[in-house]
Amino acid sequence: MPQNNVTELENRTGERHAPAAAPTHAMNLGGLIGNEPRLDLENEKVCLRVEGLNLHYGGKQALNNVSMTIPEKRVTAFIGPSGCGKSTLLRCFNRMNDLIDNVRIDGRIALHDLDVYGKDVNVADLRRRIGMVFQKPNPFPKTIYDNVAYGLRIQGIRNRRVLDEAVERSLKSAALWPEVKDRLNDNAMGLSGGQQQRLVIARAIAIEPEVLLLDEPASALDPISTLKIEELIYELKTDYTIVIVTHNMQQAARVSDYTAYMYLGEMIEYRDTGTLFTKPRNKMTEDYITGRYG
Amino acid sequence: MSRTVKSWLGGDAPWIWLHAGAISLSLLLVAGLLALLMLRGLGHFWPADVAVFELTDVDGARERVIGEIVEHETLDIAKVAQDSDAAGHGLIDRYLIKTGNREISGIDFRWVNEPQMSTPEYPTDIMVLERREWGNFYGFPRRLMEGGSEVDLGGAALGQVLLSSIDAAGGIFAEIRHIEKDLIGAINYRMERMRLRERRLQLEGGMDPEAALAAESAALQQDYDRLVADLESLYESLNQRTLIAVTASGEETEILLAGIVRAYYPNAMSPAQKSGHYLGKLWEFLSEEPREANTEGGIYPAIFGTVLMVMCMALLVTPFGVVAAIYLHEYARQGVLTRLIRIAVNNLAGVPSVVYGVFGLGFFVYFLGGSIDELLFRESLPNPTFGTPGLLWASLTLALLTVPVVIVATEEGLSRVPLAIREGSLALGATKAETLFRTVLPMTAPAILTGMILAIARAAGEVAPLMLVGVVKLAPALPLDGGFPYLHLDRKFMHLGFHIYDVGFQSPNVEAARPLVYATALLLVLVIVALNLAAIKIRNNLREKYRAAE
Repeated sequence: MPQNNVTELENRTGERHAPAAAPTHAMNLGGLIGNEPRLDLENEKVCLRVEGLNLHYGGKQALNNVSMTIPEKRVTAFIGPSGCGKSTLLRCFNRMNDLIDNVRIDGRIALHDLDVYGKDVNVADLRRRIGMVFQKPNPFPKTIYDNVAYGLRIQGIRNRRVLDEAVERSLKSAALWPEVKDRLNDNAMGLSGGQQQRLVIARAIAIEPEVLLLDEPASALDPISTLKIEELIYELKTDYTIVIVTHNMQQAARVSDYTAYMYLGEMIEYRDTGTLFTKPRNKMTEDYITGRYG
Repeated sequence: MSRTVKSWLGGDAPWIWLHAGAISLSLLLVAGLLALLMLRGLGHFWPADVAVFELTDVDGARERVIGEIVEHETLDIAKVAQDSDAAGHGLIDRYLIKTGNREISGIDFRWVNEPQMSTPEYPTDIMVLERREWGNFYGFPRRLMEGGSEVDLGGAALGQVLLSSIDAAGGIFAEIRHIEKDLIGAINYRMERMRLRERRLQLEGGMDPEAALAAESAALQQDYDRLVADLESLYESLNQRTLIAVTASGEETEILLAGIVRAYYPNAMSPAQKSGHYLGKLWEFLSEEPREANTEGGIYPAIFGTVLMVMCMALLVTPFGVVAAIYLHEYARQGVLTRLIRIAVNNLAGVPSVVYGVFGLGFFVYFLGGSIDELLFRESLPNPTFGTPGLLWASLTLALLTVPVVIVATEEGLSRVPLAIREGSLALGATKAETLFRTVLPMTAPAILTGMILAIARAAGEVAPLMLVGVVKLAPALPLDGGFPYLHLDRKFMHLGFHIYDVGFQSPNVEAARPLVYATALLLVLVIVALNLAAIKIRNNLREKYRAAE
């Protein structure tokens, strides 16, 4: 029975892509799901744990009693309609919401043993452990090299050889190295949108975080670039715990191991991607993924 | 017909004409302003031909006049004639003649009515002598004297010997100036510092000051005596030769060669020679110090003072403004108080500048400067060091005047940095300060420089507050020189804007000074343009770097 679901998912995935690009990607995805045992949250090592999280913007409640665990070295996707709080939840993990005035948060988030909202937590250190990539590519107006080396330089690393190695390794991991290796000193603003987004991912993984938060990383990109980012996410999950927010259900189905459906600040359903998309338990989830939402 | 007019009026065309007309008019006015300044200012340095003519008085008395024809105007006869009945009606031409020879006639310029003049002649042997005192001399050279007897020219032409003698005298004069101003000035400066040191030792009540400084004092005194001896011999050789020349009225007068800056035969000069002479005069105007109560010579100290003051101001105002803007925009809680502060800052820009001058005098000069003197310069009291108007206070006052511009421009720049960029930096583990200094501020640099450009443009043209806090008619020394601490922030300085006012309206010789007012004004405009262009160049280089991010 689970095997069936997987084939179905694989087929669906294959259909979505342009024929030229499809084979490698479909093969990867097929290989993954085909060889591994059935995914189950109970058997995963916990990376992030959320307990009873409430978040208010002024008088408006954006997250309502959210509890969940994010498994280590897996891809977890948040889906849901606009304004459901999925980006807000994502930004809670690395405390990006601290920048906004009038935000009140209660509940608990733990990164392994570290209480993320603890009193003596150094936010900068926390963000070094939990990297983030935003919806719109936001490279700094500096050279490609300086962009990737930025996080390391913040940490006080000046050694040119260490930086060179880290830049090369990160750009290779982000599958950007072949395209930019001859123009590392060019301004990053001259790259295409897809290249910029991969550069930003390279910049995020250069500091070797444990968790990578991706906030709709492909929504501003064309289909080919989107495909490249998705392939990249698949590659990266061997080393990083990845949490991705997406509007695109097919994308969630293609790249994620676990999927959470959120609606109006509440976590409606959260389970392994295969089950959620084929046999959702909740009526609201079903309506959403079959397009009857709204 | 009326339909086409109506449709024309209803369309875009009238508005385009209106706006284009307005901008053309503005450009025309600016161009006209510059043209007027150039015409009036730059013509002054051209060696005009010198005319000789006879003037017949109403009584029939005749007088020979030598001079440059400077201006011409046509008037109603009734305005000119003393006896209006006899004159009747009609128009009359009259000329303004620069006759020079102030030590003889008492005036430099006179108006002459055309009917009284004979036809002007331009003999080639008329000589113009520019002198260090008494203005120009116009006349015919006759002979050179040395020690009471005529110099034997040995067959050479008088003019040539005269020119080479003047050159030699000029060389000696330059050497005297060098010794007096630079060498003896340096010794005086060191002596003054030594006196202050001695005084400080006395105040502290430590060791016997005289013993400590005696050796140095003796060495300085020795240097000084040697220089004075040099000076005496130079003065002797300088004062030997004189020129006997004939004035317009035919009387002979004796002129010391040492007092002559340059001599030339204007009517005998070819256009090329005149051009050379013109460029020389122009260069003198730019590079020399003023003479004769600022009506002759150059304005180099004023250019230097203006540029230096503006640079000091820019160095002071930029950090102040940027720091204030960062606090207001990045750290302060956005509320009623910050809004009030912002409004106050904007209003500061509207306070009349002379008010800043009064504030600068009261607060900076008397209070701050006085306190600094009490604390750090006890030894020179009661002579003030910083407790008197000077370069530092002028720069600070202008910095205060222009700081709102920098704050507003910087805040504008800060708000243009996209939130995404800040978040990107923070998400990489940068603190707020690191984000600010590594990413946000570099991206704001073009805006900061725009603020600085505006500040420079405003400060360079400001005169009123400067008159209270540091600008003088004639500064004895430049504020930047070879004596420690090199940049003398306590010194008073000269400024082009004040120079215009001083030359034009405080001068004993208004006619002679008027072209200089135009020339100085032109130069002030050029200096401001140059300062702005330099800043704009830097800004554009930076903007190129960050363009893609905006």
